[in-house]
Amino acid sequence: MKKIIKPCGLHCIKINHLGVRFGEQVILEDVNLHIHCGSLNAIIGKNGAGKSTLIRAILDDIPHEGDIEFKDRENGGIRKLKIGYVPQIVNIEKNMPVSVYDLIASYSYRFPVFFKKKKSIQKEIAEALRVFEVEDLIDRQICKLSGGQLQRVMLAMAIMDEPNLLLLDEPVSGVDQNGMELFYRTMEYLKENFDLAIILISHDLDYVLKYADQVILLDQTIRKSGSAKEVFASQEFKQVFGAEELPGYVSGGKKPKRKAGGVLWD
Amino acid sequence: MGLESLTAFFQYGFMRNAFLAVLIITPLFGMLGTMIVHNKMAFFSDALGHSALTGIAIGVVLGVADTNVTMIVFAVAFALLLNYIGSREIASTDTIISVFSSCSVAVGLAILSKGGNFSKYSSLLVGDILSITRKEIEYLLVIFGVAVLFWCFCFNYLHAVSIHRTLAKSRHIPVKLIENLFAVVIALIVTLSIKWVGILIINALLILPAAASRNLSENMREYHFFSVLFSLFSGIMGLFVSYYTNVATGPMIVIIASVLYFSTYAYARLKMS
Repeated sequence: MKKIIKPCGLHCIKINHLGVRFGEQVILEDVNLHIHCGSLNAIIGKNGAGKSTLIRAILDDIPHEGDIEFKDRENGGIRKLKIGYVPQIVNIEKNMPVSVYDLIASYSYRFPVFFKKKKSIQKEIAEALRVFEVEDLIDRQICKLSGGQLQRVMLAMAIMDEPNLLLLDEPVSGVDQNGMELFYRTMEYLKENFDLAIILISHDLDYVLKYADQVILLDQTIRKSGSAKEVFASQEFKQVFGAEELPGYVSGGKKPKRKAGGVLWD
Repeated sequence: MGLESLTAFFQYGFMRNAFLAVLIITPLFGMLGTMIVHNKMAFFSDALGHSALTGIAIGVVLGVADTNVTMIVFAVAFALLLNYIGSREIASTDTIISVFSSCSVAVGLAILSKGGNFSKYSSLLVGDILSITRKEIEYLLVIFGVAVLFWCFCFNYLHAVSIHRTLAKSRHIPVKLIENLFAVVIALIVTLSIKWVGILIINALLILPAAASRNLSENMREYHFFSVLFSLFSGIMGLFVSYYTNVATGPMIVIIASVLYFSTYAYARLKMS
């Protein structure tokens, strides 16, 4: 957390032949991915395409086939991959007696949070929160945060651990247009200033086009990957989403108008 | 209440013992209750309390001299079983707990009531803290120490798991182990204190102080502080009041804890408006 490292571009994450099945049902099959550090990778696909399952498989939360390697390209060594994860929904109830400090300290430190607030921990947490300009929320109850604030708190927590890979599970739902722009700019800031790769499930193709380095079109397996333009123009993309729903610049027509923060493909 | 009647109170050995037991049990329940309420495990701990009957029944069937042993073993096994089946996601957790709990209570009652002998065990339903002995207080002290140690080492993990399992897992927290350990600790404490607190009201003692504390607290430190304080206060007050009114101690403790809950609830509502 303390040192901000320029991404070196020298190591990469390889996902080999990843597959997930629940009983007879195949959810994911033969997923192969190559992710470079310092890149923003957007996963797109329809509902039920297996996007969230892919994230859970990468986190090793569900049984899966295949493996994930983390390689240092300089000397070919394989290191342990550290993953930072920001979940889509967190179990937060009204009146939950949990402050931002409690939340982060529970995940990141062993010193019992119910006992007392430790100065050194507090300092480190405040420092992480400062990256996302939310350090004044440290004593706020998490049930009183807005969606965007909570997301930045969760991001701060994910970054504290100095992960090599940041996984975000549909983080943009429930955030307004300004919040979306801010979110993607934060992603940009992270990939430029920290030594990590980002895998992001996204619904909003406009932002994907603007910010993603690699787009992965998922439908049980990877149907197409590459730059946003390549993927959006591909035959596979048309098959998955249907031509009439294409963004304006691909179909040649006017861009469809939609509500702020609306989800395009649901 | 004059000083004289207070010394009269402590003249009785059984009152002194009961007082000591309250000083140990109630803070423990206040502490554990925080996470039981937080994790929505009220139904789970209730089922564990009821499983005590089955454990004793099994002891009777097997002809074991000390039915406490079978009671504890059964409760621990029962807690782990509930956790395991709950994680399989076959049906919703409350349905599963209800199915297993009713089944085990029915088996327990059937065995214990055979030959019309149930009255022998009915004291278990209400509990009697005045009957506690020195030896039993020492056992309680040991479990108190174990629970506090567990809390210090595992609370952060428990809390992390309760907020988001996958996120906890991504932080290399042993999610299943922590959940099972917590279930075992609850099972141990519930069964070890059930004789003095009573099957019918033990869950109230676990839930009420934490629930009342939730009405006031904004963070984990306040939550624990008020929960332990309310629990201790209800315990001591309940013991005194029951002594002077000649009412069973357990129910009196629960009545005072309930009053605390409703007062804090009203206070929180007033503060909000």
